Amino acid sequence: MEWEVVIGLETHTQLRTNTKIFSGASIKYGAEPNTQACEVSIALPGVLPVLNKEAVQCAIKFGLAINAHIAPRSVFARKNYFYPDLPKGYQISQFELPVVGKGAVTIQVPAVGKNSAYEKVVNITRAHLEEDAGKSVHGAVEGMSGIDLNRAGTPLLEIVTEPDMRSAAEAVAYAKKLHELVQWIGICDGNMQEGSFRCDVNVSVRPKGTEKLGTRREIKNLNSFKFMTQAIEYETRWQIETLEDGGTIQQATVLFNPDTGETRSMRSKEEANDYRYFPDPDLLPLVISEADKDAVRATMPELPEAMKARFEAEYALSSYDSNALTTSRDLANYFVATVDAGADAKQSANWVMGILAAKLNAADTSIIDSPINAQQLAQLLRRIGDNTISNNAAKQVFEALWNAEGSVDDIIAAKGLKQESDSGAIEAIIDEVLAANAAMVDEFKAGKEKAFNALVGQAMKASKGKANPAQVNDILKKKLS
Amino acid sequence: MMNSSPINLSLSQLGEMLQAKKISSVELTQTFLDRIQQYNPSINAYIALDEGKTLAQAKAADARIAAGNTAPLTGIPIAQKDIFCAKGWQTTCGSKMLANFIAPYDAHIITQFDAAGAVNLGKTNMDEFAMGSSNETSYFGGVKNPWSFDRVPGGSSGGSAAAVAARLCAAATGTDTGGSIRQPASLCGFTGLKPTYGAVSRFGMIAFASSLDQAGPMAKSAEDCALMMNVMAGFDERDSTSLNREKEDYTRDLNLPLQGLKVGLPKEYFAEGLDASVGKVIEAAIAEYKKLGAEIVDISLPNTGLSIPVYYVLAPAEASSNLSRYDGVRYGHRAAEYTDLMDMYNKSRAEGFGAEVKRRILIGTYVLSAGYYDAYYLKAQQIRRLIAQDFVEAFKKCDVIMGPAAPSTAFKAGEKVDDPVAMYLQDIYTISTNLAGLPGMSIPAGFAQSDDGVSLPVGLQIIGNYFDEARMLNVAHQYQQVTDWHERMPELVLPKEVK
Repeated sequence: MEWEVVIGLETHTQLRTNTKIFSGASIKYGAEPNTQACEVSIALPGVLPVLNKEAVQCAIKFGLAINAHIAPRSVFARKNYFYPDLPKGYQISQFELPVVGKGAVTIQVPAVGKNSAYEKVVNITRAHLEEDAGKSVHGAVEGMSGIDLNRAGTPLLEIVTEPDMRSAAEAVAYAKKLHELVQWIGICDGNMQEGSFRCDVNVSVRPKGTEKLGTRREIKNLNSFKFMTQAIEYETRWQIETLEDGGTIQQATVLFNPDTGETRSMRSKEEANDYRYFPDPDLLPLVISEADKDAVRATMPELPEAMKARFEAEYALSSYDSNALTTSRDLANYFVATVDAGADAKQSANWVMGILAAKLNAADTSIIDSPINAQQLAQLLRRIGDNTISNNAAKQVFEALWNAEGSVDDIIAAKGLKQESDSGAIEAIIDEVLAANAAMVDEFKAGKEKAFNALVGQAMKASKGKANPAQVNDILKKKLS
Repeated sequence: MMNSSPINLSLSQLGEMLQAKKISSVELTQTFLDRIQQYNPSINAYIALDEGKTLAQAKAADARIAAGNTAPLTGIPIAQKDIFCAKGWQTTCGSKMLANFIAPYDAHIITQFDAAGAVNLGKTNMDEFAMGSSNETSYFGGVKNPWSFDRVPGGSSGGSAAAVAARLCAAATGTDTGGSIRQPASLCGFTGLKPTYGAVSRFGMIAFASSLDQAGPMAKSAEDCALMMNVMAGFDERDSTSLNREKEDYTRDLNLPLQGLKVGLPKEYFAEGLDASVGKVIEAAIAEYKKLGAEIVDISLPNTGLSIPVYYVLAPAEASSNLSRYDGVRYGHRAAEYTDLMDMYNKSRAEGFGAEVKRRILIGTYVLSAGYYDAYYLKAQQIRRLIAQDFVEAFKKCDVIMGPAAPSTAFKAGEKVDDPVAMYLQDIYTISTNLAGLPGMSIPAGFAQSDDGVSLPVGLQIIGNYFDEARMLNVAHQYQQVTDWHERMPELVLPKEVK
């Protein structure tokens, strides 16, 4: 039987606010345990939550970015359960009425052969605001578990998809797209190692061609795209094998073990909590007006899709190039800055995605930290354009720029890379070459085209590579005609 | 009435004496501390006392007075219900769970009293987590009614009530979730006001049922309550349910005449369940209001009978969640021995909470559970709106509503502890105002004779429209100008020179 995997994602994105979602405590990562745990974080008797407006603005931004319905009235609810890292004994979340409703994200799924992709729309069910829990710390104190409440109350936007994805590749393409998008609009730093972007993946399988969804298992807390691929592939195989062996799938929450590459059940549905959700009486319903949305809209950057279309129209770039340049806002900004500084668009695209990207990749550096800024790259490309240097010489200048050896023009001068474009000087060189290679001249005149290229080569050699090859061509042609 | 003791003076009289330096705050505070020392061992109104802290505040108040930097309550000793966090003070909420808890921060109203220069006299006894109508659920023991030591003071603000009635403070704070200011005010014979929900910040007030809890003053007179409200009420951005309104002067309308005031009498408040002796006192008070120019209007609050069942779904639901933080992990009681995390939770909470609190946590957990939520919690919320709508209709016909604050006078300790439903009925006339978020108060209206021949105070309840506290205080104050019920003191605690 042929099987089809059905995948939906729930992603917790940590919002880039200054303070916690319901208190004024800092959310900076990596502080000493409990130094960012204020009265509200500790849940002392009598404290109350006050909603952070910044977190709401982040939610509105996301809603606008995915063209979603933004609820004019949404409600915070308490999700009740006991756990030592949950100081109030409940998490403030949103349940029946989330702030962001239905929307959609368009993804490019890489096809098997690289450099090609197919497009797919992933529907977003909802996105809601909630607070993060603290952390249990094991081993810090002998024989005891410690609790660090620095993270308790950190604002999260949980983004839930429809079960629209049909392969690990699609799920990862969606996760990557979402990861880029939340950083693009500035609501999340995207740092997966620090837990700023965590995915829970719901996986089920069904016989291909059938409608009814199979029983799902939820893989919790995947914090890398590599693990996500491995986990989904393992889980899919496991479910198919289980069913083919005559077994049944029990709804469960599973964890992925990167060491074994396997998923293992953490708790079954029977053990699941009854969270006893009810509206939090300490918080008023969250009301968002058209004016609130307009105010956030005014701060929105141009979104990747719009920018991609603009690159195609304005710079005559291919769809592939435009897409690649808009995978991150920093990359797109760098490209635009290069063009704005006077470089040719197509040439800028080639260098940014080619030589620069390769160099950055090799150095494990992000484009925002690139040792060569957009103005420097544009100057370099302009020097190719105005025939000051050849393409080959430009690569040497690029290396020197990377190593901070000075400005483009200083490097060209210091390394003597300037092309010879003085026609008098080139003529003199060509005259010498023609005189010294009479035999070749004769061969050319007898109809041997190859001899022309050999003469060009001699001229370039005589100029020590500095003569402008196009000028050498032109002058040589004139002389021989 | 008294020449030598300031204990029965009004807050404005005390303020004048302090500012005229006829008495110092330290002297006044010491007077109350001495009375507390004399009577608290028998009455048990206070859970926590700290003479050092209290007298230091009194000294600071005297310095303020000397510098001419005074506010109306500067130097006046106030008792604080032990539900309010006060920095450096033991703050127990009447529970073993928090018996070891020293608050590291101040509740909003504590900050307000401090800013006014008032003196914190101590933390008063209360039903555990404000759950009770007799103060008998307190981990720190029951409180005696100063009018009859074998009777309860009412609850949950029983300690504050006894302290005000026995003149063990100049005034006190309380909180009212279903009647916890008004019912004890009725049973102990003083003036208590539960403000409109959102008028006083809940920040730092230990939550019982967040959508119902409201702090208010407990004092001898309406005028005193108005002065207390001037300190307590006002917007606080730390409480999202605090209403952003301009600060108001609650004394501004005290002296307005009552000519033409329309007083609504809900027929449901005078039906079966009301003690006849209490009913008589209320009728006499209404007659007094007629003399003052009030016009009586018959009204109906048809859903009154549903208020107790609705309350006992919603309040426990919120409480079950609010009390989840007491898990023994970060502060409060933790069992001495346990085998694992679940065992620690179970034992710590089983040991830390009393029976009534456990009962309500269980009810609340049940009504929020999957499969029961719609039938209980949601249905109760719907009826809550109907109850609020009853008042909207009623206030189209009248300015204030009057009736009894409690169905009976103070009952004997132990009488209702084994019958929770009988206990819950104590709040039959007060709960619906909490559900509607309306302000309500109880003022002394006379005395009724008990079966065993003891004369016990009876409170008249005045319910106003939203944010109509100034009007209600005016209505109460005018009555207190022509009656002296509010000046009566219990024989059992009269100072020697008065006896």
